[in-house]
Amino acid sequence: MQEFFTSYFIYWVIFLLFLLGPYGIIFKNNLIKKLMAMNVMQVAVILFFLVLGQKMGGEIPVEVPGLLGAGHYINPLPHALMLTAIVVSLATTGVSLALLLLVQKHYGVLEEDELLRRMNER
Amino acid sequence: MKEQLPALLIVVPLVTALLSPLVAYFSTRLLRGLHLTALATSFACAVGTLIHALTEGTWHYRFGDWAPPWGIEYVIDPLSGVMAVLISLISVLVLLYAGPFLAEEGWLKKGIYYALYTLLTTGLLGMVITGDVFNLYVFLEISSLAAYALIASGGYKATVAAFRYVLIGTIGASLYLLGVGYLYAVTGSLNMADLAEKLQPLLAANSQAVLIAVLLIMVGMGIKMALFPLHGWLPDAYTYTSPAAIPFISGVMTKVMIYVLLRYCFFIFGAMNGVLPAVLEIVGWLAAAGIILASVMAIAQTDFRRMLAYSSVAQIGYIALGMAIGNYYGLIGAVLHILNHAVMKSCLFLVAGGVKWKTGEHAIAKYAEISRRMPVTMGVFLLGALSMIGIPPTAGFFSKWYLILGALDNQQWLYIVVIIVSSLLNAVYFFRVIEQAYLRKAEGEAKPEETLASVEIAIKNRGPELPYVMLVPIVVLGAGILLLGVCNNVIVTNILHYALPGGGL
Amino acid sequence: MGMGFLMDYRPLGAVLISLVAAALIILSKQHPKLQQGWTILAAVGKVVLVFSMLPEVLAGKILEVEPFFIAEGITLHLRADTTGMIFALLASVLWVLTSFYSFGYLRKQEKTHQTGYYASFAVCLSATMGIAFAANLLTFFVFYEILTIATYPLVVHNRDEESIKAGRKYLVYTLVAGQLFLIGIVWAQFAAGTGDFRPGGFLAGTAPNGALQLIFLLMILGTAVKAGVMPLHGWLPAAMVAPTPVSALLHAVAVVKAGAFGIIRIVGFVFGPQLLGELGVAEVLAWFAAFTIIVSSLIALGQDNLKRRLAFSTVGQLSYIVLGCSLLTPLGLLGGMYHIVAHAVMKITLFFCAGAIYITTHLTKVSQLKGIGRQMPYTMVAFTVGSLGITGLPFIVGFISKWNLASGAVQGGQAFYLVVLVLSALLSAAYFIPIVYAAFFQEPEGELAEHYYGEADKLMLVPLLLTAAVSVILGVFPNAGAHLYDLAAMSAQSIVNGQFIVGGW
Repeated sequence: MQEFFTSYFIYWVIFLLFLLGPYGIIFKNNLIKKLMAMNVMQVAVILFFLVLGQKMGGEIPVEVPGLLGAGHYINPLPHALMLTAIVVSLATTGVSLALLLLVQKHYGVLEEDELLRRMNER
Repeated sequence: MKEQLPALLIVVPLVTALLSPLVAYFSTRLLRGLHLTALATSFACAVGTLIHALTEGTWHYRFGDWAPPWGIEYVIDPLSGVMAVLISLISVLVLLYAGPFLAEEGWLKKGIYYALYTLLTTGLLGMVITGDVFNLYVFLEISSLAAYALIASGGYKATVAAFRYVLIGTIGASLYLLGVGYLYAVTGSLNMADLAEKLQPLLAANSQAVLIAVLLIMVGMGIKMALFPLHGWLPDAYTYTSPAAIPFISGVMTKVMIYVLLRYCFFIFGAMNGVLPAVLEIVGWLAAAGIILASVMAIAQTDFRRMLAYSSVAQIGYIALGMAIGNYYGLIGAVLHILNHAVMKSCLFLVAGGVKWKTGEHAIAKYAEISRRMPVTMGVFLLGALSMIGIPPTAGFFSKWYLILGALDNQQWLYIVVIIVSSLLNAVYFFRVIEQAYLRKAEGEAKPEETLASVEIAIKNRGPELPYVMLVPIVVLGAGILLLGVCNNVIVTNILHYALPGGGL
Repeated sequence: MGMGFLMDYRPLGAVLISLVAAALIILSKQHPKLQQGWTILAAVGKVVLVFSMLPEVLAGKILEVEPFFIAEGITLHLRADTTGMIFALLASVLWVLTSFYSFGYLRKQEKTHQTGYYASFAVCLSATMGIAFAANLLTFFVFYEILTIATYPLVVHNRDEESIKAGRKYLVYTLVAGQLFLIGIVWAQFAAGTGDFRPGGFLAGTAPNGALQLIFLLMILGTAVKAGVMPLHGWLPAAMVAPTPVSALLHAVAVVKAGAFGIIRIVGFVFGPQLLGELGVAEVLAWFAAFTIIVSSLIALGQDNLKRRLAFSTVGQLSYIVLGCSLLTPLGLLGGMYHIVAHAVMKITLFFCAGAIYITTHLTKVSQLKGIGRQMPYTMVAFTVGSLGITGLPFIVGFISKWNLASGAVQGGQAFYLVVLVLSALLSAAYFIPIVYAAFFQEPEGELAEHYYGEADKLMLVPLLLTAAVSVILGVFPNAGAHLYDLAAMSAQSIVNGQFIVGGW
């Protein structure tokens, strides 16, 4: 598992995961699906940062008896940064869901083509 | 107290925003007073820090006294100082103006509006004064989230526009964050000054990781600032939003994004290094195309706000063009146009909101004879329109002057042609409104009062043309257009000269 | 030489006085009489200010003021030199007469839109003073564009479909020209590092000849539109929908002469006769001027509308000034400059007459004016004086300038232009003398046979008699009153010598 996370291969996975975002946002018709695509994209970025901190044989950055040199720990900073990014992604999702709720209530639909049609009617 | 000014600049509005719903529950008058005071305090802090930066050099404020590059620092140099002043000033004025639009709302809506508005201000202020690229991302998201919600407040169409903006904006922000990740991976630093130092050898060696980082940040910020062809989200968002919020969002938000890009290009990467000249060249071409196409689109609009929105896309192109020119005069033109356009566009959206408040209309066709009923407002509109066209001595002319000077220096003839053609296109769509407002008679026999939707608006017609809290910001920004024009040299020689590479840094 | 330059605020005062008046006129919206009062106060004040500078300028002094920097390294620079004084004296005196005439003219109209009218007029005069006194390119351009915009409300004064169309046409021509002018100005500024007007020019040796030719082209395109040089004259006949006092002062004196005056500045103070001789571009300009002189006269022959006939006559006469400049000889320059004065007093007389006829009888066509000399003898005598002056009859002011122009052509060995001058004199006789003949010696027909209208209102009659009298007085004593001939001779001399001061006269 560790080998996987420290190889170059993982970056390709993240890259694909990230591209799922714009793909879904552009090509999916359902607004919820668009939102989910956006979430996948954010997760990809978070994963990217976490993988940056990985290293072969690294320990979690908690003081453990016998392990003292900084070289033995994985980099904790990306994890700290990503805590913030997770909160941001949560907030974005929350706001989006609230917006979608309003849209659903008013227009009664979350399919984009149908929504546009109904918007133009009124 | 004085040494804490940079922190207060951010903290005061942030805390006020968080208290907002609570205060609103007790008294909405107190709420308004509190927020105006908080933003005015912020403005005072911004002026204080700018003066400090000009008299005693760049101000490095260490948050929690952690030394950079490990801790987060706020950096106020003349450039970020002047941006902070701009943001906080327009923020106060637009909040003052927003009052009458919210008069009918309940305490909860008011509380939330004020909270979001102040959060937006906080986020934008944070973006310009932070010296840390990740901290910048956090402020970017604070401001964006607040903006999404504010835009959604304009009605159901606005909600859909806001949702689109969330999706596209998040792509932009994620790209930016990914870029930051690359920078962190190759340098192990997030501090701007530290990054600038560590990136030089990498850029010189054409490191692929840095190249990817540059592109990611460029595209990410390009989306956020609505650089053509990444501007798709902007027209809808600007058109349907509540008139109480849009003058601030339109005037300042995209400008802060372009400021960030300018920081990256000229202070972190360095415009002459590695791949940057090629990237800036592309930005220049996109900007040139955007200026022309968006101006043409603006001509085609029948809704005043939508016309202004397309005009914004074009004007952002001017700023990007100045960056692409990249020499001393080009950058002066770019930064001056950030200031000028912020003031002009806020002012024009204030006017649009004022007309909406008075007549309930946004269609240009319904502007006939409006100049008689709102002489002061339309007078200011005239000033704003002339400035957008670039007629001296209004502000818009002088950004054009420096841009042309810069383009001449680099022998970029095409850019000069673009600037000139765009001025003329601006003249076409603004004189169309001027003709409508000043020369045409209202059509049909119906008197204006009878066509109004509700009795309320008829009552509004009896008093002065607009409530004073709305009229004052309009007039102040209108005067600002003239002042920025006539006194542009004061800003250029005293501030921008020290703020930009190639000046007396 | 340094002794001759004096710091003096009067040039600035002459610019500001009517700007202040414009503000007061807008503020006293409810009091039409007060607005007229402000106009007269400003007009008389301006004449006093300008005349008070005359003795010093004649004594070989240069009065100048640089209140502040208007862009980096460039000041707002106003300077009363001999060349500027000619234009300033002329415009300020004629404004007083036109103001009184306007009172009489507007009094007889139903919809007056008086506030916009008087305010725009005052701003136009400020801009004209600024153009006359501008000492560098940017200052010149600022006032030039202000004049462009301030004239627009006067063109669309009637607020009907025809005037809106004319307004659009006017804007298209002048705004496009302004933008081209701007490129030329920035380029010259960039090449020479300065834009300060200097007798004999400052551009020599600053750029390759090709670039200088292009700069000349851009600048001349910018000014030739206002000066009505064919084929750029299209806006001028269209703009005749404006009220007659506007046509009289602006479309015969201030606006079009601002273009002609701009050409004098460009030829004499930016490039200089010597450089232009080397570049070989002045000759091209002279051909265009000669072409315009002949063709516009031919077109004027076919116009039945009196104001349109006058407009085409104006187009032709303006090109006399352009021709005088492009001859590049001292006498040519002198003749060109004096023709600014000569044409102004003669053409304003003719326009005043046309306006008086229109307001009194509502007749606009030449064919309707048979026998009008019997009803309006004074008006038609003045008209006769103006007509004969335009044809170049001795003892009327037109002769003085034309004599010098002809001498200038001989001086430069370009006798071909003598033919043009003679031919044009014959043509102008052909389009004016029939009007005079019909007015006095033919039996009245139609409208005039049925009604007796009588002489025009005194407020209109007195100004037009005065300008007619001035045409004759200046024709006999070219220096009468304001030493205009001396001023023209001094500035022609200074351009040729390449020095500001050529000693007292």
